[in-house]
Amino acid sequence: MNDVWAFFSFSDPTVRIVSLGTVFLAMSASVVGTFAFLRKRALVGDAIAHAILPGIAIAFMLSGTKNPIVLMMGALISGWLATWAMEYITEKTKLSNDTAVALVLSVFFGIGIMLLTHIQHSGTGNQSGLDQYLFGKAAGMTEQDLWTYSVVALLLLTVVISLYKELKVYSFNPDFAAVSGLPVKAIRRILNLVTVLAIAIGIQSVGVVLMAALLITPAAAARAWTSSLKIMLFLAALIGGISGLSGSLISYLSPAMPTGPWIVMTLSIITLLSLFFAPRGGALSRLLKQRRHSQKILNENLLKVFYKLSVERKLEKSGLNVAELLAERAINKSDFAAAIKRLKRKNWLLAEGKKLKLSSIGLVEARRVVRLHRLWEMYLSQRLNLKEDHIHPNAESMEHIISPELEALLLKELDFPTQDPHNSPIPYSN
Amino acid sequence: MKNQTALEVHNLTASYQRKPVLWEIDFKVPSGHLIGILGPNGSGKTTLLRNIMNLMEADSGYVKIFGKDLDEVRSRLSYVPQRESVDWNFPASVREVVEMGRYRPGNLLRRLKSSDKQKVKASLEKVGMLAYADRQISELSGGQQQRVFIARSLAQEADIYLMDEPFVGVDAATEEAILSILSGLRDEGKTVLIVHHDLQSAYQYFDWMILLNTRLIAAGPKEAVFNSTHLREAYGGKLNLLSKLGEIIAREQFPLREPDFKEKEGSGDE
Amino acid sequence: MEAFFIIATGALVAMTCALLGSFLLLRKMAMLGDAISHAVLPGIVLAFMISGSRDNFIMLIGASLAGLLVTLLIELLHKKIHLQEDASIGISFTWLFAIGVILISAYTEQVDLDQDCVLYGEIAYVPFDLIYFSGGQLFFPRATIISGLLFLLTLGFVLVAYKGLKITSFNSDYAKSLGISTLAWHLVFMSMVSVTTVLSFEIVGAILIVALLVVPPATAYLLTKRLKQMLVLALIFAVLSAIGGYYLAVFLDASIAGAMVSFAGFFFLLALIFSRLRARSLKVDAYLKE
Repeated sequence: MNDVWAFFSFSDPTVRIVSLGTVFLAMSASVVGTFAFLRKRALVGDAIAHAILPGIAIAFMLSGTKNPIVLMMGALISGWLATWAMEYITEKTKLSNDTAVALVLSVFFGIGIMLLTHIQHSGTGNQSGLDQYLFGKAAGMTEQDLWTYSVVALLLLTVVISLYKELKVYSFNPDFAAVSGLPVKAIRRILNLVTVLAIAIGIQSVGVVLMAALLITPAAAARAWTSSLKIMLFLAALIGGISGLSGSLISYLSPAMPTGPWIVMTLSIITLLSLFFAPRGGALSRLLKQRRHSQKILNENLLKVFYKLSVERKLEKSGLNVAELLAERAINKSDFAAAIKRLKRKNWLLAEGKKLKLSSIGLVEARRVVRLHRLWEMYLSQRLNLKEDHIHPNAESMEHIISPELEALLLKELDFPTQDPHNSPIPYSN
Repeated sequence: MKNQTALEVHNLTASYQRKPVLWEIDFKVPSGHLIGILGPNGSGKTTLLRNIMNLMEADSGYVKIFGKDLDEVRSRLSYVPQRESVDWNFPASVREVVEMGRYRPGNLLRRLKSSDKQKVKASLEKVGMLAYADRQISELSGGQQQRVFIARSLAQEADIYLMDEPFVGVDAATEEAILSILSGLRDEGKTVLIVHHDLQSAYQYFDWMILLNTRLIAAGPKEAVFNSTHLREAYGGKLNLLSKLGEIIAREQFPLREPDFKEKEGSGDE
Repeated sequence: MEAFFIIATGALVAMTCALLGSFLLLRKMAMLGDAISHAVLPGIVLAFMISGSRDNFIMLIGASLAGLLVTLLIELLHKKIHLQEDASIGISFTWLFAIGVILISAYTEQVDLDQDCVLYGEIAYVPFDLIYFSGGQLFFPRATIISGLLFLLTLGFVLVAYKGLKITSFNSDYAKSLGISTLAWHLVFMSMVSVTTVLSFEIVGAILIVALLVVPPATAYLLTKRLKQMLVLALIFAVLSAIGGYYLAVFLDASIAGAMVSFAGFFFLLALIFSRLRARSLKVDAYLKE
């Protein structure tokens, strides 16, 4: 626990540099990556990250220094070249886009590995630390690195903020952007450039292999919570920042642990949780919704049974018992009991001893369901020209879906019919 | 043989990403006709074919072919997908593609028999592509590509042919050649269903029609179907109510059928 | 002799990848190969920890399970959660790869694998792990034998399943309409890719496998319009890359696998230039004809 305190007090300058640097890198990659995500170019980001390796190696071989600015220039050039190569191959040859991406990724990476091992084996003494680009080594960040990366991160943010509108339109719909007279080519170039730049600095923290995660994963998590681009960018940056911080915390507490993979681990867990539990798009909310629907369907089906037996066949004297209900419509026992309970709670059913009876508000509700069923049958037979013996199954499910707004439309279009196609009366409230 | 029911589509409802594109389609098709499936863009024509071939799952309803399930009579059906649906840069020769018409789940690991190869040749001859048998498919024109697809289908020697837009992007000569092949099939008592979008030529080409626009407008002999009332209904736009309901279903993740609901009559393959 | 064994092993792995990669390319699933090659890592590490050795069989099971897991995860994210496909792939494999690296760092004592090996394999050490036959008279490196058997298995698979691979790659809907189970074919094919990835892992490293899967087939694809020619050309480029890569690596004192990939990339560049020139001259011909 003391260690955690020590970390968050940021009194150790190394901790300060490493955690600040990691957070900046992760945040800027997340922001830029959001656009890559929206343009469905997650794997292109992956390819660019791999393709940066030979640039770094060549920059080192030519300059003999590990100056971050020099290496970044190399990274930028080879990342840019890779972007161009992917576009060229996709456009000019019969190879598909995904093949072009995999091809550029692996060839650039292979060359990078070859050069890197060459540098390592030639042992100029200054080469150690270049392999940190493979898996990232945030712990080795110096103050000079931090300054460089912060400036670049700031630059990226400035570009994104000042071109926010253009980037937004272009990412959602490039065709529309072109039609409305935006300079799409320039926007694409700028976006490519900031992506390469974000990747070039981002690999410092997670390395080339895992860089795609830093770009895409925060955006995917953010997307689950919102559909507004502004909030999405903010959330992605937040999620990226938190993951960066937790990655450096973990490797501070347990120095054997690599920072980069733990950043990705945190990111992935946040994202998977978001995808499952987010209130709007999440899988859980969808399951709950489906459960609510099936309860609603059961409720309404039972009301219909009550309506048919008690109002239309006038069986009701002092209510209906369970056997009578189940004879009319087969429903499994536990579902049936649960549905009865729900209807009682809503005061749509009243119990009289062992028998059950529709209340006055239950009757209104039952009428509504029966009315929708019969109206829809009417619609199917008139507008879809379905035969009488074919319309019942469809109406059986649509009666639960039709909203009051649609009901109004239906009534207007059918001109308030009094009978359904089977000549049963359509019950109106009054 | 003629006018026996070749194909029955019963109360078929189908959706893409939960949004219904076919509502309660219900019709029977007699054998021995050249049948056009007509309707505006996005009216579900291709979806209908894909459902008949069981390439996607229907939400409700079923399809019977000669009164049986698809799997029992699969060899009597032949499907021609849209020409654009494949990558014509695929490295294969015309002959190789037409030979696929003789592939069966049972002979995939074996060589084709010489009788199969004969049938391939005969089909190529029928569409006038025998001279191009060793051409690579990437070198063909649009019309030639379509002829290859028709030849592949002919090599299947089926009784029902389902073709998705065979006349799109082909030259006039090919269109005429394909039409005469298809009429020939009809005269042999085969049933040919064709997804077609050109109303101008439809009346001349087909003798039976299925008019669709998400729902079935009409199905029957062309004289009964091809009239201004039906056409106006089909091409007059979507039914407002139906598309609104479709949106609600897609958004709210409603089931298109109640889970416990059983259809009483004719529940064949459910 | 050492050079021969290294080249032979590299060539056998590259040829296996060339055969499978050709169909991977035609199925437009190159990036799925990328995903699988990353994702097998945690499976390999776990198998290592459990068995405590480089027992190929247990590694095979572990990695195949991981390969299956990533395919299922991608499917789950894409189909059930409605996340777009590229992001589903990107998120799934980076996550599994991160888990693999974390496991390696956490259990360095038990796991005799270093991170570099993950990236570019240890083909240089191939000649030192020998298996002896007929009383020590005859010996071959273990990796050469394994990659030889793998190549024979793959070659046999491609020859026997040629028609099925062809029709399901070209037009899967049509294959389905004939009653062919395209899902079964997909699974069998992807298992072959997974097995190859795992067995080649020690030799060229997980990530460079993608290069061998994609680059020689793509080179061949640019040069020919015939499937059989494409397969043969891809095999030839695979062998040439292995030979050229070895000597380049010796010359530069660098990773052999990396040099093999660089050589493969060089062949692709030549093929690209050639096919562009040919396309241009065809255009000129057509222009002159008019």
